Amino acid sequence: MSSFRKSVSGLLLSLVASAALADATLLNASYDVARDVYKDFNPMFQKYWKAKAGESLELKQSHGGSTKQVRAVADGLEADVVTMNQANDIEFLADKGLVAKDWAKKFPNNASPYTSAMVFIVRKGNPKAIKDWSDVAAPGVQMIIPHPKNTGNGRNTYLSAWAWALKQPGGNDQKAQEFLGKLLKNAPLFAAGGRDATTTFMQRKMGDVLITFESEAEMIAKEFGKGEFEVIYPSLTMQTEFPVALVEKVVDKKGTRKQAQAYLEYLWSKEGQENAAQNYLRPRDPELLKKYAAQFPAVKTFTVDEVFGGANKAFAVHFKDGGSFDQIYVQK
Amino acid sequence: MKSTRATQEPRWVRYTLLSVGLGFLFFFLGLPLVAVFVEALAQGLPVYLEALKEPETRSAIGLTVGIALAVLPFNIVFGVAAAWAIAKFDFKGKSLLITLIDLPFAVSPVVAGLIFILLFGAQGTFGPWLAEHDLKIIFAVPGMIIATLFITFPFIARELIPLMQSQGKDEEEAAVSLGASGWQMFWRVTLPNIKWGLLYGVILSNARAMGEFGAVSVVSGHIRGETNTLPLHVEILYNEYNAIGAFAAASILALLALVTLVAKTIVEWRMKKETEMLNTVLAPEKT
Repeated sequence: MSSFRKSVSGLLLSLVASAALADATLLNASYDVARDVYKDFNPMFQKYWKAKAGESLELKQSHGGSTKQVRAVADGLEADVVTMNQANDIEFLADKGLVAKDWAKKFPNNASPYTSAMVFIVRKGNPKAIKDWSDVAAPGVQMIIPHPKNTGNGRNTYLSAWAWALKQPGGNDQKAQEFLGKLLKNAPLFAAGGRDATTTFMQRKMGDVLITFESEAEMIAKEFGKGEFEVIYPSLTMQTEFPVALVEKVVDKKGTRKQAQAYLEYLWSKEGQENAAQNYLRPRDPELLKKYAAQFPAVKTFTVDEVFGGANKAFAVHFKDGGSFDQIYVQK
Repeated sequence: MKSTRATQEPRWVRYTLLSVGLGFLFFFLGLPLVAVFVEALAQGLPVYLEALKEPETRSAIGLTVGIALAVLPFNIVFGVAAAWAIAKFDFKGKSLLITLIDLPFAVSPVVAGLIFILLFGAQGTFGPWLAEHDLKIIFAVPGMIIATLFITFPFIARELIPLMQSQGKDEEEAAVSLGASGWQMFWRVTLPNIKWGLLYGVILSNARAMGEFGAVSVVSGHIRGETNTLPLHVEILYNEYNAIGAFAAASILALLALVTLVAKTIVEWRMKKETEMLNTVLAPEKT
């Protein structure tokens, strides 16, 4: 039996490992819409590394829901690097001792090579005249978002609206909570994830406004056509970060620290930044941001660190059981 | 006249039942199946073929078929052994064994996947030992084979137990009393008797193995081109707003299912024919 199994796994390997023998292999565990970014970035880095270190690298990608991915890494998925869309998820790995405690300081810009912003997607012609958060909370408007308790999209929307309400004249936490109560009443349902929310809004034609990442708007256009919707930038919204980190335990075990470090650093290179811009993610490089100004309109943003004192704190106050979301939602 | 009335339902009952049955089949099976192909071909055949040429899609097809083939020998050996033991012998704990065989039907596939994470994951029971010896089970092909095995192993046993029980052990006893060795008896008497039932079980477990999502998703790690099976690949493509790619991959899965269905029908037909033949041959002896 074992010889049969060997031949089967041999067959599998030959089917699967089409890549030539490489000097080293890196696995990048990433969130589920990151494919386009890294599909172009990986060959660029392979070329760069071949020229610089003379090594040919094999780069593998794993994609899935951000939280599911870090769980897999904690359970033994041997990813050299994690490139996620939520700081909480990397904090989770830091707590488990797989990632350095000070991971956010290991790379520039809070270890996030590019950013995006939460925007409104409205139907063509903006029939409900939605311009800002107050319009989304107005009576008779329906808002489509994924669940704020357990999706990045939903959390970012919730925190964006909270921060906006805080910054209004006379704004405080209590008023913000009241505003969120009004806003959440306009959600006829909570989608299971970002993709579900999009399908609900675009295909099932439910709701008046979908709230999502600026970068995602381009993907929606790719599938459903540009003329189907408009992108609206509210007066204040969250700058969402896409943190990256080295999985210390894995790179030490595999001996790939040097390559993995260079891989992540290369995200900040001119080429890496331009690739992000081409995938509708806002580059950190100010020159490139200017070059692509047409696709990145100026928008007033805040970061979670500025308003909420960090992702972990925001999570504890708002989304933990008994947090502000639960208080609002039980009242409703 | 009276006898036909007693065994035949009124016309309107028959037609209502028929149209309910067919309508259900159309809406819940026919329509979705058509939709998969319509969506996959939405931008024409060339785009569809291009989507299938994608190396990651091709590797997903290879892995799906590979895993189904890899679990097959295990399932056959286990299924025949378990059915043999249960149908032909009496022993303590027999009913416990039957219950255990049904366990994978009762346990949710996601839970099954999590069980293997708890056993073989980095923080699991055997995790540290596996890491020390540099053996990878979870988030690699072996883990996916194990998870698929767990989900599919009842099929063959479940198919064979009633068949072997109905056949009894007369023929085997006759073979042994005529001087056949154990293996001779198995190859010449038992196996020919159960071959169609076995094949039917193989086809069913194969279909389940290729379509399995939950358990495999938990232990896969979703490494593209390496541990992504077709069902997982469909999900990830769909999440990436690559509808054509997702439906093209789904159409391959549907085609594999249709092939299975045809094979199943042929086996069923052969099985029926064989039992009929056997009955006509044996009929005079029995009376």
